Amino acid sequence: MKQRAVLYDSTLCVGCRACEEACARKWNLPYNDAVASKEQLSENKLTTIATYGERYARRMCMHCAEPTCVSVCPVGAFQKTPLGPVIYLEDRCMGCRYCMLACPYSVPVYEWSKTLPKVRKCDMCYDRVRAGKPTSCSEACPTGATITGERNALIKEAQRRMTENPSQYNGRIYGLEEVGGTSVLMLAGVPMEQLGVRANLPNAPLSLATHAALSFVPDIVGVGAVLLSGVYWITHRREEVAAAEGGPQKGREKTK
Amino acid sequence: MTRLLRLPRLTFWQLVFALLMLVGAYATYVRFFHGLGAATNLNDRFPWGIWIGFDVLCGVGLAAGGFTLAATVHIFNIEKYKPIVRPAILTAFLGYTLVILALLFDLGRPYRVWHPLVMWNPHSVMFEVGWCVTLYTTVLAFEFAPMVLERIGWHAGLKWVRSAMIPLVIAGVILSTLHQSSLGSLYLIVPHKLHPLWYTPLLPILFFVSAICVGLAMTIFESWHSAKACGRYLELRLLAGLSRVLAVLLLAYLALRFLDLARRGALRLILEQRMESYLFGLEIALMLLPMLLLFRAHVRRRAGALYACSVMVIFGFITHRLNVSVTGMEAGSGVQYLPKWTEIAITLAIVAAGFAIFRFATKYLPIFGEEEQHSEVVAVAPEALPSPVRGD
Repeated sequence: MKQRAVLYDSTLCVGCRACEEACARKWNLPYNDAVASKEQLSENKLTTIATYGERYARRMCMHCAEPTCVSVCPVGAFQKTPLGPVIYLEDRCMGCRYCMLACPYSVPVYEWSKTLPKVRKCDMCYDRVRAGKPTSCSEACPTGATITGERNALIKEAQRRMTENPSQYNGRIYGLEEVGGTSVLMLAGVPMEQLGVRANLPNAPLSLATHAALSFVPDIVGVGAVLLSGVYWITHRREEVAAAEGGPQKGREKTK
Repeated sequence: MTRLLRLPRLTFWQLVFALLMLVGAYATYVRFFHGLGAATNLNDRFPWGIWIGFDVLCGVGLAAGGFTLAATVHIFNIEKYKPIVRPAILTAFLGYTLVILALLFDLGRPYRVWHPLVMWNPHSVMFEVGWCVTLYTTVLAFEFAPMVLERIGWHAGLKWVRSAMIPLVIAGVILSTLHQSSLGSLYLIVPHKLHPLWYTPLLPILFFVSAICVGLAMTIFESWHSAKACGRYLELRLLAGLSRVLAVLLLAYLALRFLDLARRGALRLILEQRMESYLFGLEIALMLLPMLLLFRAHVRRRAGALYACSVMVIFGFITHRLNVSVTGMEAGSGVQYLPKWTEIAITLAIVAAGFAIFRFATKYLPIFGEEEQHSEVVAVAPEALPSPVRGD
């Protein structure tokens, strides 16, 4: 299946927040000036424009190829769909919030004000994308700063823009390799860290470290069981021998 | 006379307990009727606070004496430690029960706490921890059962539980090894957020070794307390033996810690003038000082000094866990976190409940088996209390 992706080009973005409004409408979330002025992801805002002087950056779920949230969730409440979007199955979630701690982009947010809260995050309009339509934010964007398409095609498009206007871009497609690659790609005129995006992320998926630790589990179980049984046998064998030789130990019946 | 003198002290602690429970009950109401947002200072940038950092991470570690001593006596057959196995297992069982209780406060939807048992994700460290804690709490219930069965005098049940004891203890040691270290593995996923003084691939090993250290320290701590409270003879010779092992383990822990910092080139961060380096210093001092003291034989022979050392190790351990879960995560998350009063109130109420139930259990169950006659003798003459505690 051809993977769908979103390309956000910061140099084309004018900060009109049409994407925010479209996203709020899609999720039935309240949207007004107060919500708009808060440039942080929250339970009311699954995408946001962040302003850096004359420049803008978009925050939304990056839809990683090897998502950290999918790997850490103890109940499998996150799924990476073959189409690209990472979706959240709220019926499974018990609210441990490990996904929020672990996400390298700090994307999942929580309904802190509710007594039975859910995690919330962008799902790349999975229902629309599955039907071959663009995401709501792409559809609403008046300048073409956000577009939906097939991932490889979008990479080519990004490369084309960079070769045609090399002075306008920072020379890097963000999301090509970060933490194993993402389904949201970003272009910008300045280094991404100047737009509040983490610069210290490795190219390998973060889950490699925890997978490595977990791979010891079968060994610990196997070796532990053999070792401890062995120690038990030896330490108690001594006692049995001592008893058989008429030592001072309490006489224990020989079992074998 | 002595009775009169002791009375106010007792009522004082009872008053404190009642007060903590009352405030805790109100905090519980706030938590469950107004949600996590009203009851905590947590937010989207800082989703885990002291309910995870202290109640869960420290709670599980502080209960590690259970598997350590069960293995020492039942597997390694070092029978002289038998008298302190039961208090250690009681602590462990109580500790794990309270950890699960605390977790119910922290989970957004506590009624789904069983989900990891049926909705599997074997790639998740949290999944593994969930399974291990569930299974180990079950094992602890069986290890604890003889104390209840002896009390009610059900011998058939007692015989049955005892026949399964060795496989249970072995399973307990394996499960503990797995999840004590996995609590550290939880943080392997945040290399970009956790401060380099604490982020290391060795986190699981450090968590495991420090858990054994604090398990031993807790055994000393509660032996001293229950000796005082019940007017019971303190097993000083045994505790001295434990504390020698503790000193060696602390040395191993600190050596690992500093070799790792040096290898990662993080040693220079210690000298920075930042909150992180101060709290790192506190954490290390609280482990280093008791280690140096416990290597001296005359310190190990004195009940008071042993007790002081165990308290330092406990606080050093707590500082490390809170540094990993709170101090070390603040800068990387770009926020400051201080627990709200409700978070503290619930934590204190859980700790107080732990103390109270432990006290209650030692009073009504055969926890300190052979020493029972002693306690009755001493209880008649409480003025004789200090001498058996000090001397050996």
